[in-house]
Order: sequence, then structure tokens, then C-alpha cells
Amino acid sequence: MKKVENPGLLNINSTLYKTRLSTKFLNRKPYHPANPKMILSFIPGTVLDILVKKGQTVKKGDDLMILDAMKMQNKLKCNIDGIIKDIFVSKGDKVSKGTGLLELS
Amino acid sequence: MAVNNKIRELQEKRRKILLGGGEQAIEKQKAMGKRTARERIMALLDKNSFIEYDLFVEHDARDFDMDKKSLPSDGVIIGSGKIFGAPVAIFAQDFTVAGGSLGQMHSRKITKIMDYALKMRMPLIGINDSGGARIQEGVNSLAGYGEIFFRNTISSGIIPQISVILGPCAGGAVYSPALTDFVFVVDNISKMFITGPEVIKTVLGEEISMEDLGGARVHCEITGNAHFFAGSEEECFEQIKRLITFIPWNNSRKAKVFEPEEPDKNYDPDKIVPEDPTLPYDVRDVIRSVVDKSDFFEIMELYAKNIVIGFGRMDGRTTGFVANQPLEMAGVLDVDSSDKAARFIRYCDAFNIPLITLVDLPGYLPGIDQEHAGVIRHGAKVLYAYSEATVPKLTVIIRKAYGGGYIAMSSRHLRADFVFAWPTAEIAVMGPEGAANIIFRKEIMSSDDPEVMRKQKVEEYKAKFANPYVAAARGYVDAVIEPKETRRFLLHAIEASENKVVKVLEKKHGLLPL
Repeated sequence: MKKVENPGLLNINSTLYKTRLSTKFLNRKPYHPANPKMILSFIPGTVLDILVKKGQTVKKGDDLMILDAMKMQNKLKCNIDGIIKDIFVSKGDKVSKGTGLLELS
Repeated sequence: MAVNNKIRELQEKRRKILLGGGEQAIEKQKAMGKRTARERIMALLDKNSFIEYDLFVEHDARDFDMDKKSLPSDGVIIGSGKIFGAPVAIFAQDFTVAGGSLGQMHSRKITKIMDYALKMRMPLIGINDSGGARIQEGVNSLAGYGEIFFRNTISSGIIPQISVILGPCAGGAVYSPALTDFVFVVDNISKMFITGPEVIKTVLGEEISMEDLGGARVHCEITGNAHFFAGSEEECFEQIKRLITFIPWNNSRKAKVFEPEEPDKNYDPDKIVPEDPTLPYDVRDVIRSVVDKSDFFEIMELYAKNIVIGFGRMDGRTTGFVANQPLEMAGVLDVDSSDKAARFIRYCDAFNIPLITLVDLPGYLPGIDQEHAGVIRHGAKVLYAYSEATVPKLTVIIRKAYGGGYIAMSSRHLRADFVFAWPTAEIAVMGPEGAANIIFRKEIMSSDDPEVMRKQKVEEYKAKFANPYVAAARGYVDAVIEPKETRRFLLHAIEASENKVVKVLEKKHGLLPL
């Protein structure tokens, strides 16, 4: 039998198997539960306008930002009532999908 | 002589057109390490077998001064020829002519050869090397793509369709290869993506090279969009030729039968597999121990390596192999390996290629990423593909066949025609450790020494259930065989199922979980 190079261990149902581990498996992202107070960019684009200020009280359904993406001006709406705790981006910033834009408290 | 003049006129016309985009453009193509479209066809097809059609086709675009431009053959070469005597229809985009851009007449040439291939029931090979839509021709160019995609779809499962990416293939153009059976790519030459690095940079400010975004390696290792990776165009053509020898010309034929040859004696099936089910080995050696000449042609070698797929011959007949690979990720089923296996099973079923499944898997890969990536839906594809397949289905259980993995891997219950098990087989609802922990939880917890008790119970479970005989007693396994008897049993099974008949319930089409 040929020797296996760089074997790792994989636990399946309480048994440890000696095997090679794939790059995809080794690089898998740890899971973080979603934080409803953190508003994330739902599409990659450019921040065209920020319609709220730090400390401002906002209601569910209020417009927070305008994101220029995919040839559209997309309105970013607030999904809960709260106060703007922090804004992480400025006008003109390019953001990728999933970037934290602002946080509510 | 008047006739001679006419012949000379034809020769002159041909000579001009055969230069394609001209010497400068050809030099540029060569500088990129690429051959010209015609050189590629000549390198791929049998000598003197190629007949070209539509050499004199010209575009008829008028806008943007296009009427003043001549584009020889409109940037694509079509025709038919042979590979090892098998008839094939082929098109090759010519990057030296307007960047191989696809205009209306360019696409009509492609659809003409596609219609021809479908009508004549012969394999279609498309060599893609194109900057994309010819912008000057507007919606006519888009119409051309749509016509190609439609034909790819209606031809699917009737004739083999092979795509070769030998240059850029971007935007909508990628969807023709994606609709075909096998995609071949070459390192540093093939580039496939929907939105290129420039768009990504403009929108996101993120920089990435074409190679890192959609190069050959990316599509073979990460996306699974391509099936064969080659270091050069020559190597790529060798792979295509080899594939052609394994597959039939169309879905109403069988693949060519070769002279039977015995496997290499160095692959001794009695010695490949370690007895301890937690130790790895290369399942390809088991395949090599049963196929003719030990010659195994692997497909998607670099993607989801925890499952192995490919072709071999059994007594000269092409056979498809699906095997769990304990060497990689313990051979588990996961999202990617399920997709890879299911697609291949359906290919074999569509083209009358018997399937041999080698089973040795501990189950499905646990993980949040797997669950959230939809391992339920993707895993279901394997069940669907095996259940749906009516070609002869032969299964050999080498070692572990636990739980859902046992059912999925071409079990009797999904209508495998023959199920053989080695004496090392463990056909059980889960591995002994996991099972003992659940069944004997109380005894283990209440024991004075839980670890000793756990070990004892694991051994008890192993002795009773970690074997092939419980399944054999129910007839779920047809025979428990010695590893060295495997080829004999498989050859018998393939011969016996030569005239297999399955009545399929009438329906428009089923709903493969996509």
C-alpha cells in the first residue's frame, strides 16, 4: 500500500477517519448568527447618498441610504425601529455584497 | 482554358479567405500560445478527414460602417470530419477575425452545423475562442446566442456535445458550454466568466486577474464548470480523442467495443484495501484492478475528489465508474461530490453506458456550511439519478456503507441489478462508534468505567453488525465475494444485463432536484 501524504483526521459520527482534507473544507467560513441591528449591503454597488445621521431615530420602512448598483438607484430601507448607532461608510464608497453599512441600537 | 481560369479563381478566393484575419492577427494569436482555428481542427481530427462548409459566408451588417468591412468566413469555421474513424461535426471560432466576435452570420454557421450534427446523429465539438457578442450587430447577435442555446438543449442526451474553451468565453457565451456534456480547458488559455475583471473593478473596486477569476484551474478545481484540465492545446486534443473512443456516436447506439484485455496483475484487489475502515487508500487502484488493461479515464479529476468518476472498459465494453474515494475527505458525500456523481450517472444513462458503483463511505459531511449550501437538495440528485437510470447498474460494496450513504450509492433499493459485497463490507445504519453511543447510552453512562464499557459495546456492535452478512441474509446483497473475484462477477453481470429491459412510466419529464 502506498503511503498517504499529509493525512488529516475527519470525524464522522464519532469515528475519526485518516484522510486528506480538501482546501474548501479547511477554508470553510465559521458561522456567525445574523445581527438584525447591523444593516448590510444586499448588492454590490456605490453609496450614492446617506439619508440619516448618527443618533437619529428611525422607524421600520424609513429610507436609510441610496445604493447605486446594477444600473439602478436602490433604496436601502430600515427593517426595525431604532436609533442610528454608527455609520460605517461615506458617500461615494464602493461596497461589496454583505458589507456592514450602519448599525442601529 | 476558361474552365481552368474558373478553377484558378476559386483557388485564389480560397487562399485569401484561409488567411483568416491576416498575418498580423495570426502572429498575435501565436504570441498568446494559441493555434489558429483551422490548425486546431487539423490537430484534432483524423488526417485529411475534414471537410469545411460555408467558407464564403459574409456578414451583412450595415451600421457603424460595418458594410465597408470584410470578415473572412465571419470569424468561425464549420465542417465535419472524423476522430479515430468516428464521425464528428465541428465548429471553431477564429479569434483572428474581429476577435471571433459572434454576429448574425457567425451564429447561423454554428447553428447550421449543430442542426447537421443532430440530424446525422453524430457528436458535436465546439471550439470557443471569442471576445463575445459583436456589439455592432446588436440584438441580432443576441438572437444568435439564443438559437445556439436552444439547439444545445434539444440535442442534449441525443448526441454527445463537447465544448473546448481555447481563449476567452465570456458573458452570455459561457452558457453554450454550460449546456453541453463535457467542457475542456487549457491552463493560461481558457478564460470563462459572466462578468469580467473590469466590470468587477468598476462596480466593487476589487482587482482580480482573468486567470484567478475564471481560468482553467478555477473551473476545474473550484466551480466544477469544466471537466478536463490540460497544460497545453496538444494535451487537450489528446484528451478529447480519448473521450471519443469511450462514448457512442448517439443515444441509440452503444460505444465501440474493443478487444478485451486483462488488467495489470500489479493491481491486486486482495491487497489494496486496509482492513481498518478508518484508514485511507486510493479507490482508483480498485478500479484499475478490474478494468481492461487497468486503463481508467478519469473525469473531473480535480473537483470534489472525494468521489471518483470516469470510464473504463470491461471485456472491451465502455463502462462508467462511480466510486467513493476514502483518500480524500474520507470519501464522504457532500454538495459538490453529489453534483459531480449525479451528472455523470445521468450522462451514462442517456448514452447506454453501464454503471459500476464502488462503495466505501462513512456518510455525509457534517457542517453548517454544508447544510446551508443545500446538501439536502444536492444529495437528493444522487438518489434521483440512480433511481431514474435504466442502464445496467452494478454495485460493489468494498467497506463502509453506512446510513443514507448506503442507500444513495446504487443500493438494491434504488434498483441496482447486481449488488456484490467484499467480506470487509460493513453495511449498517451507522459506524460502530456512533451506533454504540446511541444504543448503549444508558449502560455506558451508568457504568463504573464508561470508557471501558463504551469500547466493549463498540466491539459488540462491530461483531454483530459491521459485516455484509446481515444485508446478505435479507437478499439486499446478491453475493459476498473475495476481492480477487470482482472482475469475474462484474463481467458476468455486464454480459447478463446486455438485453436489460425496464418499462419507464410515461411522463413528460421528471423533476430532478436542481
